[in-house]
Amino acid sequence: MNFDDTPQEAAFRARAAEWIANNAPFELGPELDVSGFGHLHLDSIDRIAAAKAWQKKKYDAGWAALRWPTDYGGAGASPIEQVIWAEEEGVFGKLSGPFNIGFGMCGPTVMAWASEEQKRHLLPRLAAGEDIWCQLFSEPVAGSDLAGIRTRAVRDGDDWIVNGQKIWTSGARDADWGLLITRTDSTVLKHRGLTMFFLDMTSPGVEIRPIWQMNEESVFNEVYFTDVRIPDAQRLGDVGQGWTVALTTLMNERMSIGGSMPTGFPQLLELCTRIETENGPAIDDPRVRSRLAQFAVRATGLQYSAFRSISALSRGEQPGPENSIGKLVAGAMMQDIARFALDLEGEAGLLQDKDIAPDRARFQEMLLRSPATRIEGGSDEVLRNIIAERVLGLPADIRADKDIPFDQIPTAASVGR
Amino acid sequence: MQFDFSDEQKALRDDVRRFLDKSCPIPVVRAVADGEAGHSADLWRAIGESGFLAAALPEAHGGVGAGYLELCLVAQELGRSIAPLPTVSSVYQATELLLMAGSDAQKSLLPRLAAAQAIGTVALAERPGETTAAAIGARVAGGRLTGTKLPVADGMAADLAIVLAQDEAGGQSLFLADLAAPGVAREPVKTIDPTRKHAILRFEGVPVEPLGAPGEGWALLNRVRDRAAVLAAFEQIGGAEAALFMARDYALGRFAFGRPIGSFQAIKHMLADMYVSLELARSNCYYGAWALSVDSDRLPAAAASARVAATQAYQLCAANTIQVHGGMGFTWEFDCHLHYRRSNYLALALGGPSLWESRLIDAIRPQAA
Repeated sequence: MNFDDTPQEAAFRARAAEWIANNAPFELGPELDVSGFGHLHLDSIDRIAAAKAWQKKKYDAGWAALRWPTDYGGAGASPIEQVIWAEEEGVFGKLSGPFNIGFGMCGPTVMAWASEEQKRHLLPRLAAGEDIWCQLFSEPVAGSDLAGIRTRAVRDGDDWIVNGQKIWTSGARDADWGLLITRTDSTVLKHRGLTMFFLDMTSPGVEIRPIWQMNEESVFNEVYFTDVRIPDAQRLGDVGQGWTVALTTLMNERMSIGGSMPTGFPQLLELCTRIETENGPAIDDPRVRSRLAQFAVRATGLQYSAFRSISALSRGEQPGPENSIGKLVAGAMMQDIARFALDLEGEAGLLQDKDIAPDRARFQEMLLRSPATRIEGGSDEVLRNIIAERVLGLPADIRADKDIPFDQIPTAASVGR
Repeated sequence: MQFDFSDEQKALRDDVRRFLDKSCPIPVVRAVADGEAGHSADLWRAIGESGFLAAALPEAHGGVGAGYLELCLVAQELGRSIAPLPTVSSVYQATELLLMAGSDAQKSLLPRLAAAQAIGTVALAERPGETTAAAIGARVAGGRLTGTKLPVADGMAADLAIVLAQDEAGGQSLFLADLAAPGVAREPVKTIDPTRKHAILRFEGVPVEPLGAPGEGWALLNRVRDRAAVLAAFEQIGGAEAALFMARDYALGRFAFGRPIGSFQAIKHMLADMYVSLELARSNCYYGAWALSVDSDRLPAAAASARVAATQAYQLCAANTIQVHGGMGFTWEFDCHLHYRRSNYLALALGGPSLWESRLIDAIRPQAA
């Protein structure tokens, strides 16, 4: 048991650190340090421009899309080298935010299912930060039950014509390309009637509407499709094979190692050293210490679980469904910690005005953002199902939509509610 | 980074597991629960001969000299099989205290402890409430100890006890007592875990010798508790995993409403939460094992984290295992209560959860610049 790099890992780390020291946009460091939970915020420069500039610089020097093959704009590095890079890149990694869905989900799906020509065109552009991708999966009627989507694609010569609506699309307004799952046959079982495409987000008939979120931001969007034409050449996988293609995307989501998610614990611990209770600094108050200890062991538990995953990667093992615990634990912690911090702040805990609220309303923002963390990218309940079924081997839930053609599955409307 | 046990260490773990599967099946645990003996003498003898318990002890003292990482894995397997053995008292505490503070003559006791030919224990608590300096009434005057300690782990079977008492200089120090000496009276007490029994020890002018420097009793105890906490935490995650899989297996095999109860999300999510709690504890335990093995200055924080997380995981898994089993889990016949009892005994064995939460905060508290 040790925390040492192998000689090869140490050499890679040294090269990465040296390049970052000579090239990173250090002038953005202070802003990136305080850029909030989940969403990249920059005041001094357009965040997309900053993201694209850093990505291009990395690409030109061979530090982009580390794990992708060099033929597709990557660096052919190992998973552990990717982890080492992320450790060295530190806060500058936040600049990659707009590309995360492209690198984490859309890119790997294109890599697995697109034609050679498409891969050689699209993937280097993504690696170089020229294109931003979004993922057009969830719909108003299909979230956790993703295979229940209803956006229709109908064949028309060499094209498909798409009508319907997607929702919760992060970054759709910045995206050049979208990965789109559609229903092409409603008369077969629901998982069999799906087909995957990628499309140009500037196509006629695509309309993007920002969602005004409960935390007074608009990161998520609705995307409407009205007679949008997609060339058949932009189909990924066979007609009716969309679910299999989607699983590639979702499995790649899991490849991103958990444990690096923020929980707010270091900030809470620090707050407890300077906020006062009737027993002096909060950290000396027995009511506070017990709660703090419970948060502490969850925070270290996540951090050391990430170390275990990194060690497994270093040995050449693949990350498995056990990595689902990262977001499950971190999401709930963030919410609990925010509530606890507000409690410690006393009545000033109510303040959301950054200029007068404690810590520039850091915990208030966390309180209002954390409900989304517990839902996006697999809700707490879906993650618990994944652990129960794929780690512990328990049976899948008994479904009311099994062995029924999609158009016969009961809906709220069909049963008159 | 290799934040994991080595292949050799995992092979040792598998050896210990095979040994315990064979020599410590549930009937061995139940025989102790149902009988008068405080531990299984046959198992104690056999594991003494195996050398597993001496994994961390240097060869000069009769040990194997492998290391603490190995001993952590032995502890995990002991926890998994609910081993009815005096580990927390003799292996994790008495042995460690003698090694840390014993004179050369006192250290000559170590080979017998390592070979499970003798049992040592620590006698600390005297009355209800957290054991603090103010709660220590035992006194040593003229080299003789007078006082009452309860509950003392493995107190009926122990050969020697390390006792915290007031010394003549007004401090609190550790003393080594031969429990065969005249003036020692012992009496069994019923506790929540009958597979690791306890006793009341009464000392009436019993000759004792100091262990460690005068007035250093608490400092030594606190140091040894950090070490013992990591080892006990491995017993706790071993037990938690066994309880989790007992519940999982039952949920697969028990049918209600025409389907396995493990297909209901209420049960699945409960089991998923047990797994999450176990894995967080396991990761904290690994860090504790590392800190113990290299004698890191982060050991106090690492040990407290392992202890707090593992206590929570074992208590959750053991309690929910009964819940998953329904009424059958409440019977003496089913094994669920053995984990429930053990999880709650281990939670208190080295000071309770709130003590360790407080130690954790002291250890991670940011220091003023």
